Amino acid sequence: MPISRVRWSGNLARVTDAKMPLRAKVASSVSRTAAALSRAAGRGDGSVIGGWLGLKIDPELLAHLSAGRAIALISGTNGKTTTTRLAAAAVGVLGRVATNSFGANMPTGHTSALAKAGSTPYAVLEVDEHYLAQVIEATDPHVVALLNLSRDQLDRAKEVAMMAQLWRAALARHPDIRVVANADDPMVVWAATPPASHDQRITPPHVTWFSAGQRWHDDSWVCPECGSTIQRSGEQWWCTGCPLRRPEPQWTVDDEGVVDPTGAWYKVKLQLPGKVNVGNAATALAVAAEFGVRPFDAVPRLGDVTSVAGRYAQVVREGRTVRLLLAKNPASWLEAFDMADEAPTLLSINARDPDGLDTSWLFDVDFAPLRGRLVLITGDRAYDLAVRLEINDVPFQYVRTFDEAVRAVPPGRLEVIANYTAFQDIRAELDRVN
Amino acid sequence: MSTETLRIVWIYPDLLSTYGDRGNALILARRAQQRGFPVEVLEVRSDQRLPTTADIYLIGGGEDGPQALGAQRLLADGGLHRAVAQGSVVFGVCAGYQLLGTSFFAKGTQYQGLELLDLSSDRGPSRAVGELAGDIDARLGLPPLTGFENHGGRTHLGPGVSPLARVTAGVGNDGATEGAWRGKLLGTYSHGPALARNPALADLLLRWATGAQHLPPLDDTWADRLRAERRTAVATARA
Repeated sequence: MPISRVRWSGNLARVTDAKMPLRAKVASSVSRTAAALSRAAGRGDGSVIGGWLGLKIDPELLAHLSAGRAIALISGTNGKTTTTRLAAAAVGVLGRVATNSFGANMPTGHTSALAKAGSTPYAVLEVDEHYLAQVIEATDPHVVALLNLSRDQLDRAKEVAMMAQLWRAALARHPDIRVVANADDPMVVWAATPPASHDQRITPPHVTWFSAGQRWHDDSWVCPECGSTIQRSGEQWWCTGCPLRRPEPQWTVDDEGVVDPTGAWYKVKLQLPGKVNVGNAATALAVAAEFGVRPFDAVPRLGDVTSVAGRYAQVVREGRTVRLLLAKNPASWLEAFDMADEAPTLLSINARDPDGLDTSWLFDVDFAPLRGRLVLITGDRAYDLAVRLEINDVPFQYVRTFDEAVRAVPPGRLEVIANYTAFQDIRAELDRVN
Repeated sequence: MSTETLRIVWIYPDLLSTYGDRGNALILARRAQQRGFPVEVLEVRSDQRLPTTADIYLIGGGEDGPQALGAQRLLADGGLHRAVAQGSVVFGVCAGYQLLGTSFFAKGTQYQGLELLDLSSDRGPSRAVGELAGDIDARLGLPPLTGFENHGGRTHLGPGVSPLARVTAGVGNDGATEGAWRGKLLGTYSHGPALARNPALADLLLRWATGAQHLPPLDDTWADRLRAERRTAVATARA
């Protein structure tokens, strides 16, 4: 991607505090101090409280902190924390990158991350899908990456089609923003395509399509444009009632590697498990290319990423090698089963506010891939999981605590798959492993 | 049963399956098989004709657009009406419950329902989201209903139906009653895999479908623990 296509002024002057209004300076300083205090007090990563305080003092703080930086926003239901981490590593070829690497993905987290990083020419920010429109307005990004949209925490999240509509409206207001979007997800393709270009044979010039595969299809059977049925055959999909169809992707995944828009193939050797992460790497390379980063230069940096805010982290505990996998919704559970080894597996389910209070989604997941493994279950809502596994013909053993699970399996690997707060609980037991 | 095999139809999973609705088909099939009934589960998509000779029809929840589309296609198909006339069992959940009535609201517009149950739905003042519990109509002889609801509609029952339950937690139809039933048709706002928490309700549908007066009891240890845990959670939240 030629550098001339980038939209920011090209003048990557240092963003110094001196350039900010006094109120923003105070807010930024308070934000950093509060984050440091929070970490020192052992209350958390400090990635939310600092930003929250800063925004209280100066509501425009995020915009002030964004000015002068070339920014990539990464959003979607799944894979955004990992893709953000990989994209930050790739963009790091060019210089220092600010990023919210702890998964604090709302404006408070962005504010905190930018304040903490000080002046950097680049920022790669993970954005909660509900906040994408707001964060686009505040940060004036160079590129926005749209990964996927599927059902997630339906008791409070917006329905999938409504979310796609919000994304689409936000991007339509900013046709100058580069978009990197998943060709395999009909909802994303529709959101990324301006209303004026219904005919998908014409790819809008500001959109780059990637194909990273999609295991989960159950939220895109109905066309968001016309309401007709969407048909699928192999990797292709098309609407039976209007021109919406899968665009030809410029970035694809092939044989443990990534193919770039020129057709060049790069072997991607990751320390992160699963095919899904090769797809995340392809997305990260496509995002970095929008800043002028060549895949050749970025690929080695992707291999340095070992774990992301505890995800995929491995910890030895009482002779067991425990690996943590986060699975928040049906689509990411399917991916977790793909990543996990054939080894004893602990499943932990909570239904607290960050998880969504509703456990109905358990019946959208087919747990059959776990048959034949020693399966243990725990968490606030282990009984919901027990009922589900019984109906799924997956034998299991209920344990009350993580420690009990560790003692219940033979020495060797223990895979842990947990949803959000259950994951954080276990991560806390392992001394907040990153 | 119409044949030796218990036939369960899951109506339009492409449109009406937002919240783990597949669970109800899986649960009914498993509980029937454990009693020795051969079972066939058919998933009928919205571009297919609905078979009219199945024993149980399941309609799940959905977003506004798919709900309206589902109702239009079921009206045009006519198969469900014929099946009901022949005595089939229908179990509707959330959006699937609303569309069994005479009318419902989706995307700000009133839509015609299937008119299989004497009830109509409109928009409530706020979205009802959370635990739902109620004491079920004594004539059905079931333990209390437990579930999770997530809907913006309020449902008004006509004289042709009975409430499924009196609400003890949550909103249901209108804060007082929850769900409705008539003959072998039953609907509830307890959404998604409602039968996972209510195995006795699953068995009621199986008794209606098979004509069996009694079904041998099954080991429901985990479902019973789940029910007790939810009961405690609702009581704690209220205290």
